[in-house]
Amino acid sequence: MEFPMSEWLENHLPKIVLAPSFIAVLVFVYGFIGWTAWVSFTRSKLLPKYEIKGFIQYEKLFASPRWDTAFENLFVFGALFIIIAMVVGLLLAIMLDQQIRTEGLIRTIYLYPMALSMIVTGTAWKWILNPGLGLEATIKGWGYNDFSFDWIVNSEMAIYTIVLAAVWQSSGFVMALFLAGLRSVDGEIIKAAQVDGIPTWRIYTAIIIPSMAPIFLSAFIVLSHLAIKSFDLVIALTGGGPGYSTDLPATYMYAMAFSRGDIGQAASSAMIMMLVVFTIVVPYLYSELRTKNDG
Amino acid sequence: MKFTAIAAISSIALSSATSAIAGPEAEVLHWWTSGGEAKSVAVLQKEFADNGGTWTDMPVAGGGGDAAMAALRARVLSGNAPTAVQLKGPAIQEWYEEGVLADISSVAEAQGWSAVLPASIAGHMKCEGSWCAAPVNVHRVDWIWANASVLEANGIDMPSTWDEFNAAAEKLQAAGIIPLAHGGQAWQDATVFEAVALGILGANGFHKAFVELDEETLTSDAMVAVFDQMRKMRGYVDPNFSGRDWNLATAMVMNGEAAFQIMGDWAKGEFMAAGKVPGEDFLCLSTPGEGFLYNVDSFAMFAVDGEDKTQGQNLLAELIVGQNFQKVFNLNKGSIPARTDVALDEFDTCAHISAADMSASSLSGSLLPSYAHGMALRGAQSGAITDVVTAHFNSDMSSAEAVAQLAKAVANSY
Repeated sequence: MEFPMSEWLENHLPKIVLAPSFIAVLVFVYGFIGWTAWVSFTRSKLLPKYEIKGFIQYEKLFASPRWDTAFENLFVFGALFIIIAMVVGLLLAIMLDQQIRTEGLIRTIYLYPMALSMIVTGTAWKWILNPGLGLEATIKGWGYNDFSFDWIVNSEMAIYTIVLAAVWQSSGFVMALFLAGLRSVDGEIIKAAQVDGIPTWRIYTAIIIPSMAPIFLSAFIVLSHLAIKSFDLVIALTGGGPGYSTDLPATYMYAMAFSRGDIGQAASSAMIMMLVVFTIVVPYLYSELRTKNDG
Repeated sequence: MKFTAIAAISSIALSSATSAIAGPEAEVLHWWTSGGEAKSVAVLQKEFADNGGTWTDMPVAGGGGDAAMAALRARVLSGNAPTAVQLKGPAIQEWYEEGVLADISSVAEAQGWSAVLPASIAGHMKCEGSWCAAPVNVHRVDWIWANASVLEANGIDMPSTWDEFNAAAEKLQAAGIIPLAHGGQAWQDATVFEAVALGILGANGFHKAFVELDEETLTSDAMVAVFDQMRKMRGYVDPNFSGRDWNLATAMVMNGEAAFQIMGDWAKGEFMAAGKVPGEDFLCLSTPGEGFLYNVDSFAMFAVDGEDKTQGQNLLAELIVGQNFQKVFNLNKGSIPARTDVALDEFDTCAHISAADMSASSLSGSLLPSYAHGMALRGAQSGAITDVVTAHFNSDMSSAEAVAQLAKAVANSY
């Protein structure tokens, strides 16, 4: 009697242990995605309603100039943030890789912004970029009266201040990723190349960087999800302003759901955000799974 | 002797404990958590307790009420609404349509509310004819505040037309003073915009545009003129205004860095707290044009179960509109009482102007709800207008384009 029981347990224990978290994920992630999708097809305002009305919320969403700005900002911000953070991170990593003496110290310094929350980063940069308090005022104070750096109060340029702060925050982390990648490249190949008299920049561009492709992909995935869910940085740095020029989809969704009592709009914008994430993540998952199967 | 004293105390404690169990109960959701506001709520809390009630405080700070609204939504959805909730304007009607508000007409009629409240303010407190909310105060939005000594030094009087304002601003600018202290946040842009709109469109036009959302008025030439004036105002603020909080803008007027600010009378609280005297250190006048834009805080009463809670609700409603609370609360908060029969001896001169103007404009039909502070329209509509106003103010959009966008945004917001 005792023997089959313990065997049964042995067979089913992993399932039993995993069941609660599986159910939790099923309900709280996929269940609520489904709920949001449902609500996005209704005319919910203050409280959710469940009568399906078709695509009206999506029509309103894409007719709204504020959403246009937010959606466009997502791509401007996302592209610039990912590219600049990767380029800066790679350059920092390559420079640190030159066997310099204080590497440990410098690495810590560059990695440190990652330890700050986006709210702190945003607030600090808000003060630095404020024309009357920060950089512009300081340099004018030195006597360069023509100096002007007012991106944060200029609705055309303000989105780039978000890029600036986000790159400052994340490029150290990207550097650490790349540094690990650089160190994992086989030293023998590099030595062989050096013996053949190939210049250092060619070694990097032709051998080391191509062999780091998986690291690039990881960095890209990490940075792109940071970009899409960016919310706290915008709230702290510009509050979406001037006007709504630095709104992102996440801040748009928050405004609709919590300030305006327009749950239908909020739900439809959330669905669009999720679709954007899917278009990035699904090809990645697909390629990951395929290589495993092939292997 | 000692023994009897103890006995007496314990019997009082006992009796108050029993009365607390049987007596009126109220759970009150509000977001008055900062200094003067918290003090004002404590007044109501004390009065409620003095009348034998048990007050359960539910303060939810943050986001100018956004966090409290999220909490309210969760409570209502779970079928457990608070007794009274700090709500205002059309939001009361929105919740009424969800079928969750209580009817407090019996209290309102017994206390004769309709005789002492201005008709247009009373209108906000009624849901399909029955009373469902109690007004607390009246903030006036269309104020212009000024630094008295700066105006005197530059030989400028308080402006009574927008042309005078523009002339004064240019004079000040030439003298190296910031004409208009302003914070570049969407709601502050909207506050200035509605003051300008009231002046240029007039009371009737304002009502058509921002209460009825009449498309003809929204796209009229007068509306283009409103945006033209807004473009001028943009030139009168300092380059550093983006994202500045309103109280920092008030401080700029106080210390003479700037001359004017257009802001509701909560700005007066900042002047008073700094020890400034109205009429001597700072001046208050309604913005150019006829009319009075009000922002009325109120408590909406939610449907609750149980005799204790209904009693608590009725008692609360009675106290909120009572003479004593209306006076003490508004002295603390810088606004004026919603009821018109409260003695104003202890109030300052700006409050006297406000009260007189309220009565006068109530008679002439120019007592209007503020759109920028969520009194005139529902969130989705007022938000759509504010989006256009703030986008225009913070870019080089032309007035004609702003008007076109305004009509489109309003049509798209239903």
